[in-house]
Amino acid sequence: MLLEAPFTEEMMRALKVGDLVEITGVVYTGRDAVHKYLHEGGKSPVDLRDAIIYHCGPVVVKEGGRWVVKAAGPTTSIREEPYQGPLMEQYGLRGVIGKGGMGPKTLAACQKVGACYLHAVGGAAQVLAECVTAVEGVHLLEEFGSPEAIWEFRVAKFPAVVTMDAHGKSLHANVASVSAEALARLLKP
Amino acid sequence: MDAKTLQARLLELIRRTSCELPPDVIRAVDKGWRREKPGTNAKYAFGVIRDNIKLAAGKSQPLCQDTGTIICDVARPDWVSERAFRAAFEKAVDEATRVGYLRQNSVDSITGRNSGNNLGPGSPVIHFHETTAKALTARLMLKGGGCENVGAQYSLPDTGLGAGRDLEGVRRCVLDAVNKAQGKGCGPGVLGVCIGGDRATGYVASKETLLRPLDDDNADPVLAKLERRLLDEANTLGIGPMGFGGATTLLGVKITARNRVPASFFVSVSYMCWAYRRDGFQLSAAGRIAKWLYD
Ligand code: SF4
Repeated sequence: MLLEAPFTEEMMRALKVGDLVEITGVVYTGRDAVHKYLHEGGKSPVDLRDAIIYHCGPVVVKEGGRWVVKAAGPTTSIREEPYQGPLMEQYGLRGVIGKGGMGPKTLAACQKVGACYLHAVGGAAQVLAECVTAVEGVHLLEEFGSPEAIWEFRVAKFPAVVTMDAHGKSLHANVASVSAEALARLLKP
Repeated sequence: MDAKTLQARLLELIRRTSCELPPDVIRAVDKGWRREKPGTNAKYAFGVIRDNIKLAAGKSQPLCQDTGTIICDVARPDWVSERAFRAAFEKAVDEATRVGYLRQNSVDSITGRNSGNNLGPGSPVIHFHETTAKALTARLMLKGGGCENVGAQYSLPDTGLGAGRDLEGVRRCVLDAVNKAQGKGCGPGVLGVCIGGDRATGYVASKETLLRPLDDDNADPVLAKLERRLLDEANTLGIGPMGFGGATTLLGVKITARNRVPASFFVSVSYMCWAYRRDGFQLSAAGRIAKWLYD
């Protein structure tokens, strides 16, 4: 399924858990430092309305005066759980790309604002870097260092799986309950 | 060999480790891919993983952007001092960071400042052993933060898990750790487990055991049996690659043991993601790479 910018509430509400999507448009990287900074009231250097945030600390180097993305896979999202829901509501985010899924606060916010959690394949830094067609800017680079900065990535056909949708469903919760049952069987005294 | 040559060889070790998965790991990934049903999210995840492995090797770029904690294990003959090796390795790390084989990945824990070249207190990690062999053997592991975060250490007995101070107790801890790691460490993973030791040596040994080839058998038949059992059982949990659900939750389990004091019984579990970046070589005194260890 193609997800093409501008990202809208309608588009996100049409998605459901398990859907494969390909994202085309601009996404903003942001991880621990950025989330903490925004949550504590820091001013966002970019317009996050209807935006997609990508939990990613890329390897970007300057070659001949241009930024070149060398690796750009997702980082573990759950660390942003305390911040993500509130930021989603405050800015009207349309999606979060990451890995590992997020908790109930984020799931509730997805439902409320009409957003999805889009799971990229963790570790697939090269496949995903290939989808970045241009680096359109970088912010907070001095303050937070390269992996923690906000990078504006223009992406084409960036692949992800919807694992939390705007209907309150979470693939992570399903798998966790299946595995908990299996574990209980294995650990029966 | 002069310092420059040693540095160049170590740079090549870093490049290969960061960009190319060793054949034993690729075989395990392919096996997992064949096991998953067509049309599932698990099969899809494996497809992306396999594409990524090929692409990274072809482009000579990092397999994963988290190039991890840099851990080097060195069997050092007397023609090179620890000091000289460390100096050459640090220069190689600095250069590898500049050319993008490694991400700027070392952060001051107090100020939050990134050192920018992966050097700083405790980085890189080098474990030296002396050897009477003529060649130097260096093994390098790049261990990402996502999988390091889901490592776990248990102190037995653990009443919650019904885990006593025996191999059944160890089994319970390991399965619990796999279940808790779901979705977080970029599965399918490989476990390094140490039974015993103290809190520090247990974790070190659990990582060291990840230097074993993935498809070898444990020399201790009791541990070999436990490794196979835990691998099979973990793969019935249904967690699958990336935690998407599926039949391949782990690619391997490696177990080692250390003596303990009577009062303690630790089980230390290190989780390695599918991007199992570890490689190694033998280097002659003349600076020739005599052998890659996992080929
Ligand atoms: S857990 Fe491994 S594959 Fe996943 S992001 Fe970290 S280093 Fe990369």
